[in-house]
Amino acid sequence: MTENTEEKRLRFVKTDNPPFWVKPLIPILALVGTFILTSGLIMMANANPFEAYYYFLLAPLGNKVSILEILVKSTPLIITGVAVTYAFSTGYYNIGAEGQLYAGAIAGTWIGMSAHGMPSFVALPLMILGGFAAGVAWALIPALLKVKLAVDEVVTTLLMNSIMAYIVSAILNGPWRDPNSGWPQSPEIAPSAVFFKLVPRSRLNFGFLVAVALVLILWFVMNRSTFGLKMRAVGLGKPAAKFAGIKVNRTILIAALISGGIAGIAGVAEVAGIHFHLISEISPGYGYTGVIIATLGSLNAFGVGLAAVFFGLVDTGAQTLGRALGVPVYLGEVTQATMLLVALGMLLLQRYRIRRM
Amino acid sequence: MEVFIVNLIAATFRVSTPILLAAIGETYSERAGILNLGIEGIMFFGAFIGFIVADKSGSLWLGLLVAILSGVIAGLLMSLLTVTLGVNQHVSGLGITLLLTGLSLFGFRLVYGGRSTPPAIPSFQPVNPFPNVPFLNTITQQYLLTYITFLVIVPLAWFIMYRTRFGLHIRAVGENPESVDAAGINVYLTRYIVLAIGGGLMAAGGAFLSLAQLGSFTHGIISGRGWVAIAIVIFGNWSPVKVMWGALIFGGTFALQLRLQAMGLQLPIPYETFLALPYIVTIIALVIAGRNASYPAALLKPYRREG
Repeated sequence: MTENTEEKRLRFVKTDNPPFWVKPLIPILALVGTFILTSGLIMMANANPFEAYYYFLLAPLGNKVSILEILVKSTPLIITGVAVTYAFSTGYYNIGAEGQLYAGAIAGTWIGMSAHGMPSFVALPLMILGGFAAGVAWALIPALLKVKLAVDEVVTTLLMNSIMAYIVSAILNGPWRDPNSGWPQSPEIAPSAVFFKLVPRSRLNFGFLVAVALVLILWFVMNRSTFGLKMRAVGLGKPAAKFAGIKVNRTILIAALISGGIAGIAGVAEVAGIHFHLISEISPGYGYTGVIIATLGSLNAFGVGLAAVFFGLVDTGAQTLGRALGVPVYLGEVTQATMLLVALGMLLLQRYRIRRM
Repeated sequence: MEVFIVNLIAATFRVSTPILLAAIGETYSERAGILNLGIEGIMFFGAFIGFIVADKSGSLWLGLLVAILSGVIAGLLMSLLTVTLGVNQHVSGLGITLLLTGLSLFGFRLVYGGRSTPPAIPSFQPVNPFPNVPFLNTITQQYLLTYITFLVIVPLAWFIMYRTRFGLHIRAVGENPESVDAAGINVYLTRYIVLAIGGGLMAAGGAFLSLAQLGSFTHGIISGRGWVAIAIVIFGNWSPVKVMWGALIFGGTFALQLRLQAMGLQLPIPYETFLALPYIVTIIALVIAGRNASYPAALLKPYRREG
């Protein structure tokens, strides 16, 4: 930190052209770093780290049932990751995907419960549209506050999550409380509103196809559309984007609303594909994990998809590992977080080089 | 009615304590330009570490101390990411929250297994300086930690922030790091120290819940209190004393809602309305302040010393 030291010392120097081998090295180093950091925990659980990592990351890939389960678990993560990517690419820090997801889940449940006698090909699109609309509506308040009054979106979107949690609780303890259940949960949605299975006798359902479609759309919008170009320009710098004739606030508003709408679809997919009714535990924080996945995927459509599937693998593997060696399943969360923090640290390698000077 | 009111006031102080501790911690961090979204996880970790250390050692104070130390370490990790590496603050904070939540749940399951009823410890007992004054004695029946929070932590934060050179440095670092650096103040070190103090206070807030209020550790022990603290810091305009009022208003609505529910009163509106109220009020406060909200100017901006 002190300047003018005579002796030569190691320093981080910013570089615009990292050596070609740095970029592919980052995920590998992140994985190795994560392995080292989490092995301590595995040993505390009286398990061998190498054996544990076999059950954790390899065994789930070895049979069809758990491969399908990985895709099931990755579905909400893909969708929230895509949702967050729209916002973050535009420099709008939407931390509210969690609340928007629940807004979509409420709308999806409402349509699903009213869909008795409605054919699936009507009910399913209606639920997805309804979930999108609800997510947009919930994202509208912070987005408008941002572009009209310059109120910081990080805090407002975060607060909206908490408000939504209470709305869900109020609905489940009040008007939608299933009289046949001791738990605060809504009545089930109509059978025709349930997302159809992609593979019989598994949990993999139509929601995964929706997630894949959303990744492809994200790729197209970001890389092949004028609007994507505008979003990225705004994300890179508002003054320059304005100078280039882009309507900055309008772009931010639209990106924020798309982001909220897509997060809403994640809620629909969980209700219609997994739970079949609304409960307050639909998301164990998928909205927040979406931020992490969007970051790990470098805001790139396929990167986001890959990161989400990898997180699905970690979640599935943590369960396999728990059953096999009795290591607590929460190792999954720890691994995901460690991987994020290590990867963030690794970014340093890409942007800086260590030099003796 | 008098009994209802004194009970409500007593509960307000109790409920506000953990949130106020965390909010003061966040105030330090944000004043120096770092939004620490790790707050929710650090509180959870503090509650867990405090509980497990107290349970295994038999000493509540040791539990509190180790919890605070763990918060300090978490604060330093946040500094490493956001100050040294200049990583996006939201992502780092959420990452730390995910990490510490996972670590706590992992550790808890490892030590206590998957039992259905959480283990309990004999918790801190309330103290009372005025045991014989009617009505007042209900209000003054509080945990020592509550007294420390309101009578030491808040005034001290105010004093440090506005009456010491260090406080001047903190505020300057959060407003204009470039000129502060030019004036020879170490921006990085200041932010490291402040995040460490902040982390310690957040963890203390969490530990208050497990060591005093509950005497136990549950998965839902923090349930969003960290996010409330973030709201209160803005509501309190980054000033320790106003933050205290914000925490009391939140604690008051929360306590009122608890009392009304306990009385089995049928309200025309769902009781969740009370719970959501502090969040709604904070958003409205932000709207009213609008462009004039006095955010620390360098909040969210990593400071890089180039060249």
